[in-house]
Amino acid sequence: MSESPIDIVGQEYRAGFVTDVVSDTLPPGLSEAVVRHISAKKREPAWMADWRLAAYGKWRAMTPPDWAHVRFPPIDFEGISYYSAPKSLADAPASLDEVDPELLRTYEKLGIPLHEREALAGVVKSPSVAVDAVFDSVSIATTFKDKLAEAGVIFCPISEAVHSHPELVRKYLGSVVPQQDNFYAALNSAVFSDGSFVYVPEGVRCPMELSTYFRINERNTGQFERTLIIADAGAYVSYLEGCTAPMRDENQLHAAVVELVALDNAEIKYSTVQNWYPGDAEGKGGIYNFVTKRGACLGASSKISWTQVETGSAITWKYPSVVLRGAGSVGEFHSVALTNNHQQADTGTKMIHLGPNTRSTIISKGISAGQSQNSYRGLVRTSPAAKGARNYTQCDSLLLGDACGAHTFPYIENKSPTATIEHEATTSKVSDDQLFLCQQRGIDPEKAISMIVNGFCKDVFRELPMEFAVEAGKLLEVSLEGAVG
Amino acid sequence: MSLLDIDGLHASVNGEPILKDLSLRVEAGEIHAIMGPNGSGKSTLANVLAGRPGYEVTAGQVSFDGIGLAGVEPEARAQAGLFLAFQYPVEIPGVSNMEFLKAAWDSHRAAQGSQPESAVGFMKRARALAKGLGLNPEFLKRGVNEGFSGGEKKRNEILQLLLLEPKLAVLDETDSGLDIDALQTVAAGVNRFRSADNGVLLITHYQRLLNHIVPDRVHVLTEGRIVASGDKHLAEKLEAEGYAWLSG
Repeated sequence: MSESPIDIVGQEYRAGFVTDVVSDTLPPGLSEAVVRHISAKKREPAWMADWRLAAYGKWRAMTPPDWAHVRFPPIDFEGISYYSAPKSLADAPASLDEVDPELLRTYEKLGIPLHEREALAGVVKSPSVAVDAVFDSVSIATTFKDKLAEAGVIFCPISEAVHSHPELVRKYLGSVVPQQDNFYAALNSAVFSDGSFVYVPEGVRCPMELSTYFRINERNTGQFERTLIIADAGAYVSYLEGCTAPMRDENQLHAAVVELVALDNAEIKYSTVQNWYPGDAEGKGGIYNFVTKRGACLGASSKISWTQVETGSAITWKYPSVVLRGAGSVGEFHSVALTNNHQQADTGTKMIHLGPNTRSTIISKGISAGQSQNSYRGLVRTSPAAKGARNYTQCDSLLLGDACGAHTFPYIENKSPTATIEHEATTSKVSDDQLFLCQQRGIDPEKAISMIVNGFCKDVFRELPMEFAVEAGKLLEVSLEGAVG
Repeated sequence: MSLLDIDGLHASVNGEPILKDLSLRVEAGEIHAIMGPNGSGKSTLANVLAGRPGYEVTAGQVSFDGIGLAGVEPEARAQAGLFLAFQYPVEIPGVSNMEFLKAAWDSHRAAQGSQPESAVGFMKRARALAKGLGLNPEFLKRGVNEGFSGGEKKRNEILQLLLLEPKLAVLDETDSGLDIDALQTVAAGVNRFRSADNGVLLITHYQRLLNHIVPDRVHVLTEGRIVASGDKHLAEKLEAEGYAWLSG
C-alpha cells in the first residue's frame, strides 16, 4: 500500500505527535505592530502591508458570528500567537536537502508524499501529484515546480507570489472573499501567514493534481493560511488539500481563507480531506476550524466544484460556496461531514446564482455518532437576472446511536421567476437489524458500520480523485472507532 | 459428535420465557423440519442459535460442531459455519450486494486463515449462482435487498447460503410469501446445498415446502417445547389435521 495522506490517521489519532524543532514564534496578542511585524518578516511590499492593516482595522470593529449551531467558550484573541516559523527555515530552503531533517521526518510520519525526494532518487513511478507543504506558517517544500513551469502553471507559496506575481495577487486577493466578509476572514486578511497560490494560464490543463498539506505544530499558535487559485479562460485544475494537527489539550484556532476564480470556460475542482485533531473522547482539546472558502465563476460556462470529507476538528464552521456570475456557469458542492464523540460541525454551502442559466448541485452527507452535533446549513439564492437558473440539493443525515444530533438549515431566496430549485432531505439510522444481518454473514460490527457509512457516502466519494476515494473510506472507519457497541 | 446439539434449552425475549426445555440433535447429512403454530417459538429458536442480541439463553446448552455457543459473538458463529436465512431480510441502501457478499466471504476465509479470494473469481461464482437462482446478475450491483421484491430477497438469502457454504443452514420461514415458482427455485437451491457434510434446520409453518425439500425428521414445536417428532409423514398428518390433536 502506498503512503498516502489519509493513511496518517492510524489507530487513535496517529498524526498527534509534536515535532521538536526550534521555532521563531511571536508572543501572543494582536496589534498593528504585530501585523507590521508579520509583513516585515515576509519582506512584503508596502501595498501588501497596507492591505493587511486595512483588514486589521476592519476586524477590530467586528464581532465573532454567533448564529452557528455550535457551542464553545469565547476565544481570547489576545492569547493566540499570530506567527510561528521553524527557526531553521528562517532563510528559506532552496531545496529539500536544506530542509531540517526533523521536518522531513514529520512528513514521513504523516505519510505525505514528498515526491520530489523520491523523484531525486529516481523511484517515482507516476509523478501525478505536486505538493506544497505548509508547516505552521511557512511553506517548506514546493515540488514539481519545474514540470508545472513548463506548462506555464504557477504553483508556489502565496508569500512568494506576492513578490513574483504581484499583479495577479493584487488583482484577485480579496476579490472573492472581501476583507470584511466575516470576522474570521478579516482576521485572516490581517495576519495570514502562508498558503498556496495557483495560476493556470489560458487554455492550459494543469498536467497534475496539485496538493497542499497543512499542519499545525506549535502550541498556542493559530494557523491562518490563505489560498488563491485562478484558472484563466479554458484552463483546468484539480487541487487537493489535506490537514492534520498534533494532539493538544488546549483548543487551537484555524481560520483559513480560500479564494477560487474561474474565467470563461475554466474549471476548478477543489477537494479537501480534513482531519484536524478533533479533541479526545471527552471533548477536551481539538481544532476550531473556522474557514471561509468561496469560488467565483466569473466567466461564461465556467465551473467550480468543492468536494470535502470532513472528519476532524472539535468545531467546524465552514461553507465552501460558489458565486455563479458567468452565464451558464456551474457550481457543485459534495460533502461528507462526520462527527463523533463531542465534535460539532456546522457546515454546508452557498450557491449564489447571478447569471442566466447558471446551475448548481449540492450533495451533503452528514454522519453523527457519539454525542456529536452535525448541522447542514445551506443557502441557494437566485437574483432576478438569473433566468433559468437551476439548483438541486440533496441533504442526507445518518445517525449512529441515540445521543447525537443531526440538523438541517436550508435557506432558499429565489428572486428569479424562471428558476427551478429542488431540495430533498432524508434522515436515517443504522438499525440493529442491519448490523445483525452483517454479523450473521460473518462481518464484525465495526466493519459493518464502516461499510454502511461508506455506502451512504458513495455519491460524494465518487467525486474525489481516484487515489483518495478509497482512503477517504478508511478515514471514516478510523474516525468511527468506538462508535459501535 | 452431533453437528448441532441442543440440550434443555430455555430462552427469553425481553424477559419473557419463550423456549422451555427444548432439546434437539441434528447430524451431518440430515434435514430437520421444525413446524408449529404461530407463537410457538420457531423464530426464537433460529435467532437464539444465531446469537441475535436480545435473545437470552436462561438455561441449557447449545453446541455447534462440538463447540459450546454460550458467549460466542454472532459473527464468530457465522464464520464457524452457522448460517441463518432470514424471514424478513433487511435492506442496506448504498452497499452493493456484491460488495456485501464479498465482505461476508472474505470474513469467512479470514476466520479460517485463508487469503481473500480474487474479486474476479468470486464475482464469476456469484454471477453463475445468481443465474441458477433465476436472478438477473445485474441485481448484484444493487444495494443489499434494496427495492427487491419479497421473492428476490428470499432468493438472495439462498444465494448467500450457496456462496458461503456453511455447515448448518437454519432457514427461518424462507417459504413464506413465495409464489410457486419462487418456492421451487428456493427448494432447488437448498437441495443443491445439502450434502453428507452439512445439515439443514428448516423452520416452516406450512407443509408445502416439504413437498420439495424432503426432511429426514419433522419436529413439532408448541409453547417452546418439542411435543412430537417423526418422519416426513408427520408433516402430512399435520397438514391434514392441524396442530390441535397434539395438545389434546
